[in-house]
Amino acid sequence: MALNSKIPQGDIDKKWSNYKGHVKLVNPANKRKLEIIVVGTGLAGASAAATLGELGYKVKVFCFQDSPRRAHSIAAQGGINAAKNYQNDGDSVYRLFYDTIKGGDYRAREANVHRLAEVSVNIIDQCVAQGVPFAREYGGYLDNRSFGGVQVKRTFYAAGQTGQQLLLGAYSALERQVALGSVKQYTRHEMLDVVEIDGKARGIIARDLITGKLERHFGHAVVLCTGGYGNVFYLSTNAMGSNVTAAWKAHKKGAFFGNPCFTQIHPTCIPVSGDHQSKLTLMSESLRNDGRIWVPKNKDEKRKANDIPEEERDYYLERRYPAFGNLVPRDVASRAAKERCDAGYGVGTTKQAVYLDFRYNLINKYGRAEASKLGIENPDEATLVKLGKEVVKEQYGNLFDMYEKITGENPYEVPMRIYPAVHYTMGGLWVDYELMTSVKGLYALGECNFSDHGANRLGASALMQGLADGYFVIPYTIGNYLADEIATKPISTDSKEFLDAEKAVADRITTLMSIKGTKSVESFHKRLGKIMWDKCGMARNEKGLTEAIAEIQALRKEFWKDVKIPGGINEFNPELDKAGRVADFLELGELMCRDALDRKESCGGHFREESQTEEGEAQRDDENFKFVSAWEYKGESEWVLNKEDLIYENIKIAARSYK
Amino acid sequence: MEHYNMNLTLKVWRQKNSNDKGGLETYQVKNISSEMSFLEMFDVLNEQLISEDKDPIAFDHDCREGICGMCSMYINGRPHGPWHATTTCQLHMRAFKDGDTIVVEPWRAKAFPVIKDLVVDRAAFDRIIQAGGYVSVNTGVTVDANATPIPKSDADKSFAAAACIGCGACVAACKNSSAMLFVSAKVSQFALLPQGQAERESRVLDMVAQMDKEGFGSCTNTGACEAECPKEISLENIARLNREFAAASLSSEE
Ligand SMILES: Cc1cc2nc3c(=O)[nH]c(=O)nc-3n(C[C@H](O)[C@H](O)[C@H](O)COP(=O)(O)OP(=O)(O)OC[C@H]3O[C@@H](n4cnc5c(N)ncnc54)[C@H](O)[C@@H]3O)c2cc1C
Ligand code: SF4
Ligand code: FES
Repeated sequence: MALNSKIPQGDIDKKWSNYKGHVKLVNPANKRKLEIIVVGTGLAGASAAATLGELGYKVKVFCFQDSPRRAHSIAAQGGINAAKNYQNDGDSVYRLFYDTIKGGDYRAREANVHRLAEVSVNIIDQCVAQGVPFAREYGGYLDNRSFGGVQVKRTFYAAGQTGQQLLLGAYSALERQVALGSVKQYTRHEMLDVVEIDGKARGIIARDLITGKLERHFGHAVVLCTGGYGNVFYLSTNAMGSNVTAAWKAHKKGAFFGNPCFTQIHPTCIPVSGDHQSKLTLMSESLRNDGRIWVPKNKDEKRKANDIPEEERDYYLERRYPAFGNLVPRDVASRAAKERCDAGYGVGTTKQAVYLDFRYNLINKYGRAEASKLGIENPDEATLVKLGKEVVKEQYGNLFDMYEKITGENPYEVPMRIYPAVHYTMGGLWVDYELMTSVKGLYALGECNFSDHGANRLGASALMQGLADGYFVIPYTIGNYLADEIATKPISTDSKEFLDAEKAVADRITTLMSIKGTKSVESFHKRLGKIMWDKCGMARNEKGLTEAIAEIQALRKEFWKDVKIPGGINEFNPELDKAGRVADFLELGELMCRDALDRKESCGGHFREESQTEEGEAQRDDENFKFVSAWEYKGESEWVLNKEDLIYENIKIAARSYK
Repeated sequence: MEHYNMNLTLKVWRQKNSNDKGGLETYQVKNISSEMSFLEMFDVLNEQLISEDKDPIAFDHDCREGICGMCSMYINGRPHGPWHATTTCQLHMRAFKDGDTIVVEPWRAKAFPVIKDLVVDRAAFDRIIQAGGYVSVNTGVTVDANATPIPKSDADKSFAAAACIGCGACVAACKNSSAMLFVSAKVSQFALLPQGQAERESRVLDMVAQMDKEGFGSCTNTGACEAECPKEISLENIARLNREFAAASLSSEE
């Protein structure tokens, strides 16, 4: 099928305003007759549902948690980018656009990314107006910090809880619409299928997770904001419930899946401590503003970190990438950590960790600055540590506390031990410029789509994208579709299509429950995760990927023969919920490996061992792979690959260098 | 940090659904590592129950990072257990020693009915926010974010209040099941910011009215909420709420 990305004509910096100026509108009286289903209440979903409600549409919003405020976005730590240039350090919309395209290793669509950079400034205005308490400087103006892969300070933050504050802002806007009656909210509900009628998305089948009952909901359009699928690896920094089910059901109903293998492995996470591990905890990238990453120069180092003298430490990021140092993009930092650990220089009991050390900046940057503010001359080290600690605490206090609770070690005193972990998925449902999937009337926003981050997302850009999509893009683009739907009367949920869809969902649940095998859902999830991490993780090769596909197929078979799900269907049954999600992961995992196998180049987070430079850097192959892979589902283990060629008219495509 | 393994006795509240009476059941778990989180210990127990063909224990959780506010266990008589300023999911097993008995119950409050086992219904909190926990501004404002400087100390205090995760431990800790700490945190966040001024009075009146309507008890200033709050939300917020409420009530009578 030919892909039409619907990119508007004109210069890159005019495309969005031209689009907005010419897009079809729906008048207020008609909006009230149009129903929209929004699935998900993270930054993308909450902002979309609230804004569409404000515009006058009749909105239904769904989430599987007990409150919209608990969506996974709440956990985002470090910050949100915006091209405000409040620091007067040379930032601009163009620079944010450029950094994002380059950071994504030239695998993102120019027009979408430019729009993202344009609306980034509106996001900050909106959030401040909502009462989001961003960090401020003493003069009362907004403060910024730096993130990886850029050389300006454009990241807005609220301590290490930026996602929380932004989501609570969007949640409050959403609850206001609920109170006004324009949005109806369904918590502890899980969407289990999209209902399509005459080629258009017209509703969903959802399950009430308390009673287990299936429900049919009609919408003139359906907007998926259901987050990323990093949990296919079992261990990730995502919340336990994050899953691919909604996107996967859409995929099986005709929505193409874009770049499924593009996974972000985040360099700074607390390392795995044992088999019991249920998830991994991120230590925000913002820590790399002040933390220096190193390993001992000596392979068999036995001394404690603080006892190793300066000259025996290898600050390998500063050594390899002098221009960006500790602030190289995530994919680069992760691979460099893996390289050191694989070469035998890792630290800690497992040797699968590197140090992230704050002592230098705590003393020299913050300690000295405070001392000079207070007029203390020739301060001793103890004083500098004490003064520096106060500042570090204000910047990252919650992260340091979190680290100490998990590891029992005090990061103000000893360096953190960190290792890369699965964090984010750049891949997702393929969408056009209007954020519509390849199914008419079905949209995908936020992490659930593939659109803006190419092969590697820059830090603090997911929050930006989620809110851009929800507050500022979908309110315009959905109107362009719904303007032609004003004559469509609500379709009865007793129609054949709805009943058939519900029956298919019910049958699948009955099948799952009737297997009555011997192995828990969790055990299958863990095994899948191990295959994915070993063979489709930080480094991939043809042999491993081919094996992984066969292993996943076998595991899937075993799952459908031998999974054991306790409890019943019509009750609160988290094991059943999880079983459905793991069943979908077992299909997605195969597609991810397929995609990784097909893409015989390295780019961003996708590192094919066969394609690297002499220095071990990722080697792109623009001639053969400058496209988006949009996979079309054709039946079990069968896909057709559609390609969307990427055209760079404004940015000169080049080898990515952070040296 | 020295790691060790332990065997434990768990007494866990089991309740099939909201109509069931429920009661404590006793379980043994073995070889629990001090490096595990409390919820990972529950994962082990649940895997054990599944292998014995028993019903696993239902409990709420999601982020496991102390931020979503979903986890909610009442552990040995304290919401979120023994560690100060720590959610259940952030509590680690090194808080316990070999041979300990641990009693785990759900939040108990009339306004938080039990759904199953350790899972309760906290929708009342959403309804309190719906009553006024927002600034009424539609998407699309064009005021530049830096147009109004906000003194750093106000912004910091507002942020400290906004750090509430809506977990409900304050309610569970309070002998009156009062939701004052939760409500005061939201009222304070906005009362301290210029953006919150326009609706300052209606907000506090409406949120307090909804809180009462939901069946939360009244506040008698015992401070158990602050002591158990995982995010260290301060009692100062309750004092501020009381001032805001008094001022708003006065002016609404005028
Ligand atoms: C620990 C951590 C820290 C991060 N820090 C940052 C940061 O500092 N800056 C940054 O820019 N990005 C950060 N990110 C990334 C960012 O948080 C996410 O990409 C982003 O929040 C995703 O938002 P979303 O709205 O797309 O989805 P989510 O927030 O994941 O929301 C998904 C929603 O969909 C619902 N849902 C899913 N499936 C279903 C279904 N089948 N039925 C019903 N409902 C469903 C869920 O209930 C939820 O409401 C971080 C990520 C992690 C894991
Ligand atoms: S005030 Fe504290 S205890 Fe109460 S809901 Fe908020 S975070 Fe939880
Ligand atoms: S699971 Fe999110 S706060 Fe505990």
